Amino acid sequence: MSVVTLTINGQDVSARDDATVLQAAREAGIHIPVLCYLEGLSAVGACRLCLVEVAGVNRLLPACTTRVQEGMEVHTDTPRLQTYRRHIIELLFAERNHVCAVCVANGNCELQSLAIEVGMDHVRYDYVFPSLGMDLTHERFGLDHNRCILCTRCVRACDEIEGAHTLDVLGRGAKARIVTDLNMPWGESPTCTSCGKCAMACPTGAIFKQGSTVAEMVHHPEKLAFLKTARERREWRV
Amino acid sequence: MEKIKLATVWLGGCSGCHMSFLDLDEWLFDLAAAVEVVYSPIADLKHFPERVDVTLIEGAVANEEHLELVHTIRARSRLVVSFGDCAVTGNVTAMRNVIGNSAEAVLDRAYRELPTHNPRIPDEAGIVPPLLERVLPVHAVIPVDVFLPGCPPPAPRIRAVLQALIEGKTPEMIGREMLKFG
Repeated sequence: MSVVTLTINGQDVSARDDATVLQAAREAGIHIPVLCYLEGLSAVGACRLCLVEVAGVNRLLPACTTRVQEGMEVHTDTPRLQTYRRHIIELLFAERNHVCAVCVANGNCELQSLAIEVGMDHVRYDYVFPSLGMDLTHERFGLDHNRCILCTRCVRACDEIEGAHTLDVLGRGAKARIVTDLNMPWGESPTCTSCGKCAMACPTGAIFKQGSTVAEMVHHPEKLAFLKTARERREWRV
Repeated sequence: MEKIKLATVWLGGCSGCHMSFLDLDEWLFDLAAAVEVVYSPIADLKHFPERVDVTLIEGAVANEEHLELVHTIRARSRLVVSFGDCAVTGNVTAMRNVIGNSAEAVLDRAYRELPTHNPRIPDEAGIVPPLLERVLPVHAVIPVDVFLPGCPPPAPRIRAVLQALIEGKTPEMIGREMLKFG
């Protein structure tokens, strides 16, 4: 391990050479918006919100999967990036049925907060209004495809932290959706351990505790990183 | 100084935005000193007037009456404000769009499939305005100048927007206090 120095928004930053741009920025107190990234889970670079500009590279790079390099010159908040981020958020709102007013996660939603952060006062795309169902067959948790943004944080939490891999993605593109096991009702899943890590990881109201009503669902995404760190340091013997 | 002509309109919504507007409490006296309310569901005026300065539109565009009215509003208003989540996003009013993607499918569901007695679609021509196939946010039909989200928008947010408009400024829609949906 060695240390490299780079600049982020003109600020000199040093980081381990195996760090990502996102980690380096966070350590330096520089905010980069993320949605599919969650500390404790592998990074997949899917949501594109953390795209940054790197001098000498003519395309935008996701901060969560890009390694730092010596002398790298990164910009995280240019007008171009601000514009793209707002478009990404608008597209997410247009793609499914995100009705904040009647959502379990209202007030505790990362998508809602990002809409505020990027200054989304309305959505310029036509709403798709897809007809999507909910899976309420599990006794403790519900899955509402209307609120899902396909970030796959639940899939990764289920696989990487719990080791169950009950959740996965079926289909491609706009038709993709989260399924349990081989696309069976969640309540009939033989692999689900009912641990609730998917509900902790979910950034929106897509996965929630049964019985939650509007604005009652509070996720705890930070608990996953806590669990992972505790295991790596062998803080518990189970 | 001539008073600003203010209109408020209630389309496909629950009137909660207007309720929140009334939550402005004693500031309504200050508002009354600065504006003349020329059209509103809380004033008994039958026709949308000419030369309105600011129109707040609550609700989504859900039927043919709404559709006609928003075009009239745009033609006769200097500034149009999408007032609340239904106007801005379609919100709860637009949740019916997921049912079969047509007005007929929605009416079938509500009046034929679900009732236990006398399933029948109401069709009093000239009285009940026909539903549009899809509920639309206001800006999908006419250009909108200011978006005031919230379900309902909290009274202080409404006040901040109206205060700016009265002073001839563009409201600063920035941050959680001004922009949070829901």
